[in-house]
Amino acid sequence: MYVADSRANLAASADGAVRSVTGRRRAAVAPAVFALGAVSLITDVSSEMVTAVLPLYLVTGLGLSPLGFGLLDGVYNGFSALVRLVGGHLADRGGGRHKWVAGFGYAVSAVCKPLLLVAHSLTPIGLVLAADRTGKGLRTAPRDALISLSSTAEGRGRAFGVHRAMDTAGALLGPLVAFLILRATVDGYDAVFTVSFCVAVVGVVVLVLFVPGGRGERVPAGERPTLSAAVRLLGRRDLRRITVCALLLGLATVSDSFVYLLLQRRLGVPDRWFALLPLGTAASFLLLAVPLGRLADRVGRWAVFLAGHGALLVAYALLLTSWHGGGLPYVVLALHGAFYAATDGVLMAVASDGVPEALRSSGLALVQTGQAMARFACSLLFGAAWTVWGDRAALSGAAVALVGCALFSVTLRPKNAKGAVAA
Amino acid sequence: MTTRSRILILVSAVAVLGAIGLASVLHASARADRRNHVQAGGPRVTPGTVALSGHGQMLFRNMAWGPHRDEVVSVPAGDPSGARTASGVKCLRFYAASGTGVCLQAVHGPVSDTYRALVLDSRLRTVRRYDVPGIPSRARVSPTGHFAAWTAFVGGDSYAGTDFSTRAAIVDTRSGELIPSLEDFRIVKDGHPYHAADVNFWGVTFAADDRTFYATLATGGSTYLVRGDLRARTLTTLHANVECPSLSPDGTRIAYKKRVKGLPKDAPWHLYVLDLRTMRETPLAEKRSVDDQVVWRDGRTVVYALAGDYGADLYTVPADGSGVPRRIASAALSAAFPG
Repeated sequence: MYVADSRANLAASADGAVRSVTGRRRAAVAPAVFALGAVSLITDVSSEMVTAVLPLYLVTGLGLSPLGFGLLDGVYNGFSALVRLVGGHLADRGGGRHKWVAGFGYAVSAVCKPLLLVAHSLTPIGLVLAADRTGKGLRTAPRDALISLSSTAEGRGRAFGVHRAMDTAGALLGPLVAFLILRATVDGYDAVFTVSFCVAVVGVVVLVLFVPGGRGERVPAGERPTLSAAVRLLGRRDLRRITVCALLLGLATVSDSFVYLLLQRRLGVPDRWFALLPLGTAASFLLLAVPLGRLADRVGRWAVFLAGHGALLVAYALLLTSWHGGGLPYVVLALHGAFYAATDGVLMAVASDGVPEALRSSGLALVQTGQAMARFACSLLFGAAWTVWGDRAALSGAAVALVGCALFSVTLRPKNAKGAVAA
Repeated sequence: MTTRSRILILVSAVAVLGAIGLASVLHASARADRRNHVQAGGPRVTPGTVALSGHGQMLFRNMAWGPHRDEVVSVPAGDPSGARTASGVKCLRFYAASGTGVCLQAVHGPVSDTYRALVLDSRLRTVRRYDVPGIPSRARVSPTGHFAAWTAFVGGDSYAGTDFSTRAAIVDTRSGELIPSLEDFRIVKDGHPYHAADVNFWGVTFAADDRTFYATLATGGSTYLVRGDLRARTLTTLHANVECPSLSPDGTRIAYKKRVKGLPKDAPWHLYVLDLRTMRETPLAEKRSVDDQVVWRDGRTVVYALAGDYGADLYTVPADGSGVPRRIASAALSAAFPG
């Protein structure tokens, strides 16, 4: 196949036990990772184009109020978390089906874009977006498994960092492309959806052509990827510990919208800048994903993962202080982005160490779903705490919970946490 | 497959898809020309003087294709489907009363749109300008013209772009003082002070006393009718399941959209009128789902918008539950009877 050296690494990294392949330690990130990063970048341009104009389209194009849709949204997100488990399991079954399950997920999302052209009321639009989320849910775990399987054990943090940086770059470009199209046209939502479709298809084409992997190519060692084997993964001490820690820390991770709302209230960010706050987080994530991924490989992934939560804790603390300097919103957003850079891909790198190759996709899906559900629970709890005690007390509570969970996670750290970089 | 052939396939795919994308953009930009031409069989629109002081007229946003698309136009209230006089003022949403108008506009920037609210005098000249933090949806002016209000949808999370909140603002049109969000008011729910992080307000409607207003409060997955007090800065819940209230000219009834069980989730609203003295609800004769803040044409009739071939059409129905809905103007949105 296309990427010969990555397959050599596949063999070398089996079960995370084999140490570095001599001379490969400082080798570049596997071409497969760049290919997957390119697919994610292109796909994110496509999906964020739609996300950026959707409210505008609903309100000014179709005359609907998007609130009704917001209520349905939570359901879709929960559904997507479950689909992730399915995607993870399907990819493992039969060995090496990752590419095709991920490709199917990307294709489902691509097909959804032209469907938006014919959906003119909330129910069909809601169904199309649900299908889009399903595609996203299906592809996430197999894609992360592919990244993990095509990297050496010691370069995994950097590989995930490269992928996440490329992914975020796409997310930042998408809205820009969408608004340039709207500028060039009159009510050009149809053009936005059509271009979004074309871009998504390019993503699928790049995946099919340049991402290695296919049917039965790899005969995985270790457990057979059955459903019960996937469930038994939780019996593995390392993965169980990682999942428990991800769950606990997820429970203390206040959702992005709350962070932005707190920023606006506590630090007096003007209303018209509100929509720009997520861009600050994304920019910081983009810049820090690779350096922090590399750092994770060098000093230990678990340490960087916990340090990322430390950055989040500092952001909470800054939101709690009464000092309101002009630069504070930037600092908070930079820390918020650093939190994602130090945790999002790094967690996948940590988890990869604890899962056998044959079940890699299922294992990663398990951790991701656990984390997503914990964050959802945190949102509900945080909203309730805000209601009962006010925003300051709720945030203090979250900060204390974060410290507690972090301390607990330090004691629970998986024993292979250093990511097998002993060499 | 060799790398060379892979790249060839990719380049051809990009060329084909790029051509499709480019064609769709060109098609959409060519539409600008078509939309600047008057549609066949559409209403006659001529530029002219539009004032907020004349009686017996109806104003709205003209959505008919042609050079005056999206401008505020006036028609005789007795003949709303007749010839339209265009003002030259473009608004996404508009409302007016007693010589004061409010116009919610998009400001096209190089890479994204921003929004603003204009307070207009009786000759539609801009008196004040305010930033609006998101996509504007509802606009109202108090019967005296002394207060104006608007609602905007604000999105805060780029990865869950469908997660919205609303901001409702009220401005004193005489002093220019702005209340940027009703979330700063004290809420009294079912007789007790109420605080919640998930509070959203939309659809303000004013009483004639320049102190009382009504609005929608949403929290915990439910909506409520609240009565607001501009001087005490309080909001008190009165009734559940009320959205986009609109107070009748005599101040005794509220027309609103109510989420009705058993309807599809995307079209869940029917129009009702609530008698504020008896708290009795009367369903109106409109059987379709209405997503608009209705306007009272007089004490007996309400006007509202439904989706139509050119964006939206305006309909009317009696406010007592009798009669049938009637379309009074096509390609029209945001009706006001400022006289």
